[in-house]
Amino acid sequence: MHTLEPLLAEHPFFQGLDSRYIQLITGCASNVRFDTGQYIFHEGEEANEFYIIRHGKVALETLAPGHKPITIQTIEEGDVLGWSWLFPPYRWHFNAYAVELTRAIALDGKCLRTKCEEDHDLGYEFLKRFANVVEQRLQATRLQLLDVYNVRT
Amino acid sequence: MAANLPNPMLPQPYRVQKMRRETPDTFTLELTPVNGSGIPPFAAGQFNMLYVYGVGEVPISISGDPDKRNCLVHTTRAVGTVTKAMRELKIHDVLGVRGPYGTHWPVMEVAGSDVVIVAGGIGLAPLRSAMYQILAHREKFGRVVLLYGARTPSDILFRRDLEQWRAHFDLEVYVTVDRATGSWRGSVGFVTQLIPKAPFDPLNTVALVCGPETMMRFTALALEKRGVKPDSIILSMERNMKCAIGLCGHCQFGPVFVCKDGPVFPYTHIRDLLAKWEI
Amino acid sequence: MPENNHRKHKTSRAATRPKAVFVVEADHFQQLIDALRARAYQVIGPTVRDNAIVYDEVTSVADLPIGYTDEQEKGTYRLQQRGDRALFGYTVGPHSWKKLLYPPVLRLWQAVRNGNGFKIVPDQQKMPKLAFLGVRACELNAIAIQDRVLLEGAYADPNYKQRRDNLFIVAVNCAQAGGTCFCASMNTGPRVSGAYDLALTEILDAETHLLVVEVGTALGLKVMEDVQHREATEADKEAVERIVAETAQHMGRTLDTTDLKDLLYQNTEHPRWEEVASRCLTCANCTMVCPTCFCMTVEDVTDLTGEHAERVRKWDSCFTLDFSYIAGGSVRSSAKARYRQWMTHKLATWVDQFGSFGCVGCGRCITWCPVGIDITEEARAIRESSTTTSPTHKLVIEK
Repeated sequence: MHTLEPLLAEHPFFQGLDSRYIQLITGCASNVRFDTGQYIFHEGEEANEFYIIRHGKVALETLAPGHKPITIQTIEEGDVLGWSWLFPPYRWHFNAYAVELTRAIALDGKCLRTKCEEDHDLGYEFLKRFANVVEQRLQATRLQLLDVYNVRT
Repeated sequence: MAANLPNPMLPQPYRVQKMRRETPDTFTLELTPVNGSGIPPFAAGQFNMLYVYGVGEVPISISGDPDKRNCLVHTTRAVGTVTKAMRELKIHDVLGVRGPYGTHWPVMEVAGSDVVIVAGGIGLAPLRSAMYQILAHREKFGRVVLLYGARTPSDILFRRDLEQWRAHFDLEVYVTVDRATGSWRGSVGFVTQLIPKAPFDPLNTVALVCGPETMMRFTALALEKRGVKPDSIILSMERNMKCAIGLCGHCQFGPVFVCKDGPVFPYTHIRDLLAKWEI
Repeated sequence: MPENNHRKHKTSRAATRPKAVFVVEADHFQQLIDALRARAYQVIGPTVRDNAIVYDEVTSVADLPIGYTDEQEKGTYRLQQRGDRALFGYTVGPHSWKKLLYPPVLRLWQAVRNGNGFKIVPDQQKMPKLAFLGVRACELNAIAIQDRVLLEGAYADPNYKQRRDNLFIVAVNCAQAGGTCFCASMNTGPRVSGAYDLALTEILDAETHLLVVEVGTALGLKVMEDVQHREATEADKEAVERIVAETAQHMGRTLDTTDLKDLLYQNTEHPRWEEVASRCLTCANCTMVCPTCFCMTVEDVTDLTGEHAERVRKWDSCFTLDFSYIAGGSVRSSAKARYRQWMTHKLATWVDQFGSFGCVGCGRCITWCPVGIDITEEARAIRESSTTTSPTHKLVIEK
């Protein structure tokens, strides 16, 4: 597992995090790979991990009756996939599948949640970073919502 | 004494040589002058006023190559009376042309820089002219990147051009859509999401931006956040125009007339105006 | 276009010395109208119609509003009898000279079907030579302002140019200020200055009724050869200055123009805009009566058979909802945005666009507003509670 520590340390998401914590987190990390079309998680399932995408592309998808599944966002190299592991009821809100061969580092959410409860400083560091991710995703989503390319005629 | 000034409100008749439906609501016209005279020179980013007989006249960006003067190429959405009538024109039909008008993309003026083109929706039309010009003089520029956002995959404009550009080794093309169905294998997300990681040097870059005003505003912010200087961010504005020669007053945007002080503006010139609602 | 044939329309505010100063008895004034008509000028001057003083063709002194004056206030215009025989004892009415130089409706060209194409036939009307009789100082300024807009840009308006080139101007110094006048504040009057052919000042008392005539051009001098006159004395000239100075003291309104452009640029979100919008009907009266408003639209129409089409230019107003329409909607859909656009254009952005204010202080917009909105009051309200929270426009229009 120690081979993952430098990968985590150099990732922008963990920038500025104490090396003691990086070590701690590495304990919860594993290398994963998803083939094209492979589902990573489904809406409603227990959200027990999050992923740092190293290569590839993941689509966030939602299903509506009578419609083909809609892709609302793609998560790409360097992005973070998944924050539902942080907040009750700890369930995924969307489907996620690999659009192309994707390699990622998976982090064990349950394990991290426990560590965050024990060490609130660590918990704060995580929440700070995830708040940033959520904020950026929200801004981007709002722009998508505006549907700016659509013109009322 | 009779005035012998030329009348700037007289259209020149041009014949439709080609009509191509690009997407469900967008089409491209190729026009040549009826009287066989030459096409006046134009610069990328300029527009013409196109007149449909008996219906009306509207400003449409030129989307063709400024170095190819055998025909005039315009791409537009069919959103109003005139453009919808224009879409029904057949080969050899005649329409009226006045122009070219307006300021242009500062392509040749920024030799030596990286160039980032950020296009949203129909905004790719006037930027295609700039891209043609850049590729014709490729050695003059550093890295060249195109970031293009469309509503859905079926709204992607100029697919053939995009594929050809993508095939260039010295050009990066990134396309994203606001939403897609499962068969789309590309990115989904707003075009501004492409900016943080696009391969260009923000301190030595000129950004050419065109699309809906909201998209341009947020794009300018994202570019600035990345480190691009505000006077290196160039936008193309759109306003109601009846004359295109600074006399009808419709295109005023604060103190500037979009038809003659624009439509292409450095961000610094209009930044305060963009932030004001209903100005 | 040969420069030497182009009459330069001076817009400078410096008082240009007249070529000559004459005095014409009121009884001989008809000779001036006759002299102009003899030179094939159509004389347009003030006349009473529909309870207002409007501009229309005059052939005789009797057509002028002799003995009339106007009482003007917000949303109010009434004609009154003066009790004397003054020829020019009033100020300005609902018409401005732009009605003749930049007509409300003008066909630009026609098109005729031709196979699956069409042929454009420009309208080549021979313009009549016009002589304007009774152009007030504010109006002379307004003409100069429209000259800058319509003749000095990259594209000049050929029809305006034709009308303008043949124009003979008989200006008039105001001997009374109107209830809504503020030319003194805008530095456009009451003293006539600028490019005129003749400038009149009417002197009327128990013993005398005469007009002092300042001659501005060689053409004016020629016309005066056919009008009985004598040389003006120093006393006559002093009388003119006294009259004008008196008028300047009695302006119905004032407008503080100190840093006015920046004031309006810095107050785009002032609550006053919302307040005035609650009163404004966006009826566009103000833009129609304003002597400098130049916004227009073009309409492309065809006849029922489709064989003939034409393009017609018409006055337009930034107050209309579709003035700023682009695909998806109007940029300025609220009344607040439209009122703000008009007033900011007149008193601020016009300065950046054309080098002067667009307002000449004639007061028409105040008089003819059906709800009595007063541009001087609005400017004062904003100045008195100016907020500088919104960033200044730092706009330099680089040419």
